[in-house]
Amino acid sequence: METLIINLLLTMMALAVVILARSRNLFAVIVLGGVYSFLMATVLVALDAVDVAMTEAAVGAGISTVLLLGALHLCKTEEAKPIHRPWLPLAVACGTAAVLAYGTLDLPAFSDPQAPIHVHVASRYLAEAMAQTGVPNVVTAVLASYRGYDTLGETVVVFTAGAGVIALLRRRKNNNDRRATQTDFSGERRP
Amino acid sequence: MRHDLVLRIVAKLLIPFILLFALYVQFHGDFGPGGGFQAGVIAAAAVIFYALIYGLDTARRVVPDRLVETMLAAGVLLYAGVGFAGLALGGNFLDYFVLAADPVAGQHRGIFWVEVGVAVTVSGVMLKIFYMFAARGRGADGED
Repeated sequence: METLIINLLLTMMALAVVILARSRNLFAVIVLGGVYSFLMATVLVALDAVDVAMTEAAVGAGISTVLLLGALHLCKTEEAKPIHRPWLPLAVACGTAAVLAYGTLDLPAFSDPQAPIHVHVASRYLAEAMAQTGVPNVVTAVLASYRGYDTLGETVVVFTAGAGVIALLRRRKNNNDRRATQTDFSGERRP
Repeated sequence: MRHDLVLRIVAKLLIPFILLFALYVQFHGDFGPGGGFQAGVIAAAAVIFYALIYGLDTARRVVPDRLVETMLAAGVLLYAGVGFAGLALGGNFLDYFVLAADPVAGQHRGIFWVEVGVAVTVSGVMLKIFYMFAARGRGADGED
């Protein structure tokens, strides 16, 4: 039953991607991106990864959609006609997908308890996390305590992203003139 | 959108619960799914929702830019501060066992403050990015 649900959701995701790639309306593309994220979050719930599902729903479907809508506010709703034929990018994408699919052939079976990743430290975390940290949610114990260094690094990455956006967008006033000329140029080039 | 009565009332009803849910996700993260990152994103989403309905300027009055920028750095500093507190009390960097007399209580204390740091930075960054993107349209389109 669970496999059926997951397969159904994955099929819907594939369908969403195909429609997304074919759509020329950018608003529809953004909404489909949100739909894709919500489907992904549901798949993650079905896989019992509730923490990841929550993040996917909040970041993928929520914040990203709002930011993309904000970006859409600055440009046209209809995507411009592509000037290149899609065959080369399509071939590159299919080639990458084939290599990735080939790579999965050597992976251990899904949720195999004997897979190397499950016999290293994971069993120790599951057995000892409660006694050592007093935190029943092992995900939180691993993230904040056992892997505290990694999480500090991730927080610094998030901070750097924010600082980068501030650095890029704050100089808006000085750039106003240059941006205006750029818009003119792209306007002339359009047939 | 500012004159839409239904949206304004529904937003007014929903936002307190979204913020409450963010706090629940933050402080219940030890026991159920959730934690600092998710809580930070949900709290930021509540303010973004407010900004979408009531306008960017109103949201900027409620959560000013200066506060958001302080949050950006304060979370990382809090996280690193927990690490240095471990150092000062005789442990390693990010060693929580020394933070309280009982090692398990120390772990609890360390995880609590670390998660607070993550939530503060994440919600600050999300809000700041939204503010910057939302304010960009102003230059081209004037007031909206």
